[in-house]
Amino acid sequence: MAQSIQETQEELIEEFGLFDDWADKYEYLIDLGKKLPNLSEVFKTEENVIKGCQSRVWLHAEKQGDQIVFEADSEAVIVKGMISMLIRVLSHHTAEEIIQADLYFIDQIGMSQHLAQTRSNGLLSMVKQMKNYALAFSAK
Amino acid sequence: MTLDIHKIRADFPVLDQQVNGSSLIYFDNAATTQKPKSVIDALSHYYASDNANIHRGLHALAERATNAYELTRTKIKEFINAPSSDQIILTAGTTGSINLVAQTFGRANFSKGDKILISNLEHHSNIVPWQMIAEEKGAIIEVIPVDERGVLDLAAFRNLLDASVKLVAVNHVSNAIGTINPIAEMIQLAHAHGAKVMIDGAQSIAHLDIDVQALDIDFFAFSAHKLFGPTGVGVLYGKRELLESMPPYQGGGEMIKEVSFEGTTYNELPYKFEAGTPNIADVIALSAAIDYVNALSKEALFTQELALLAYATEQLSTIPGLRIIGTAPDKIAVISFVIDGIHPQDLGVLLDKFGIAIRTGHHCVQPLMKRFGLPGTCRASFAFYNTLEEIDLFVKALRRSINMLQ
Repeated sequence: MAQSIQETQEELIEEFGLFDDWADKYEYLIDLGKKLPNLSEVFKTEENVIKGCQSRVWLHAEKQGDQIVFEADSEAVIVKGMISMLIRVLSHHTAEEIIQADLYFIDQIGMSQHLAQTRSNGLLSMVKQMKNYALAFSAK
Repeated sequence: MTLDIHKIRADFPVLDQQVNGSSLIYFDNAATTQKPKSVIDALSHYYASDNANIHRGLHALAERATNAYELTRTKIKEFINAPSSDQIILTAGTTGSINLVAQTFGRANFSKGDKILISNLEHHSNIVPWQMIAEEKGAIIEVIPVDERGVLDLAAFRNLLDASVKLVAVNHVSNAIGTINPIAEMIQLAHAHGAKVMIDGAQSIAHLDIDVQALDIDFFAFSAHKLFGPTGVGVLYGKRELLESMPPYQGGGEMIKEVSFEGTTYNELPYKFEAGTPNIADVIALSAAIDYVNALSKEALFTQELALLAYATEQLSTIPGLRIIGTAPDKIAVISFVIDGIHPQDLGVLLDKFGIAIRTGHHCVQPLMKRFGLPGTCRASFAFYNTLEEIDLFVKALRRSINMLQ
């Protein structure tokens, strides 16, 4: 049995708890971004682009059994790091679990500024889009 | 006159703060400038002492507010050397001023097949209003190209000019890359072909001397907030015969002479174009911004800014993989740059952690970014209250950020 969305969030909070200053935190985030596998070019379509981000962000979702699997990519590595965490938390869960998920870890690890509603930031749209996929799949 | 930067910085309360644990370094002056205390005080003084609607009340407050409001108009007239105050139309901003000209001058003068020339350097605000009226009128928009340095191609401009060109709308200075356009020469050329010229002065008003008469400008637009004044106030200057021949823009109070259900006669300049209760407080506070700049001497301010530009250009050029976008010989203190293999957004995020405010992205000039084949750039834009020490800290933080990202 895979771990729950809550368990993964707790795990991330613990990992980020190890860092004293912002630079270490961001270096870790950048590292996560670099390690996230690039999205296959076939999925980097105009349809998969998340609007409202300063860098281009692509999100692809598919259903495997009763679970939804997300893959995503971005031109900006910090965004990619954030995406990597979102995938780790939400991917391989059921539509119902994803729709219900309260993503409190972002605030707890001190990254809530990345959810700010400025035009330059697409993370909020990213979360919304992941939930939209879940809604769409559960309606099918 | 040399500037006492330390003393000047003390006039801008916002500069004295910590951001993410470091002293704020504000290098986003092309987006908006900071406000001296005198501007902030003028705003609160107005609401605390003089608040009234203007132009109609007979009471003491209405008179004080009206006088202060009209005094700003006179100061603007002097600041850009307009022939008279009634050619100064107060709007909501540069965007508002350009839309006004598009919807009045454009509506009255453009017909099918007429040409509007804009440039590849334009901000979306000096593109979209023309597209909207061009579509309605069947007019055609043509674009003056720029070269690799970000300099307008004047030979191409000459070739584009013919009798079908009704208007040339270009910025004085590029917001994204800082190019100063040779508007004196362009205006002469345009006039020789019978075209009128609208200059978007959003980026030049605080950084260059403006004399609308010497330059023979037909329309000039700028925003108060880029001149150390409040947001929500803009200016449109126009030649008298043009403004008088233009139909009104929005209908409402203030812009009328007489209203009946059979028809309405319109007020005179400038009120014909100022429907409704205006942004009184912010207009009045703009006076204080103009006084502030005048008291320091524009000469001295511009000299300081050019010193910042030269030093920052030199320092940034020492960073491996950094490429400055926009290398025109005539520039204001704006530097756009990209770094090999690094997305501008990542640099913007990390520099903010160092307390440094720059702008990243397409800067509302997507056609220009396309011209350079870039999704966006990082842009550092300076004002006279910035220092060489801040540039040193910026370059240091930039090197550190690049290391983190590579």
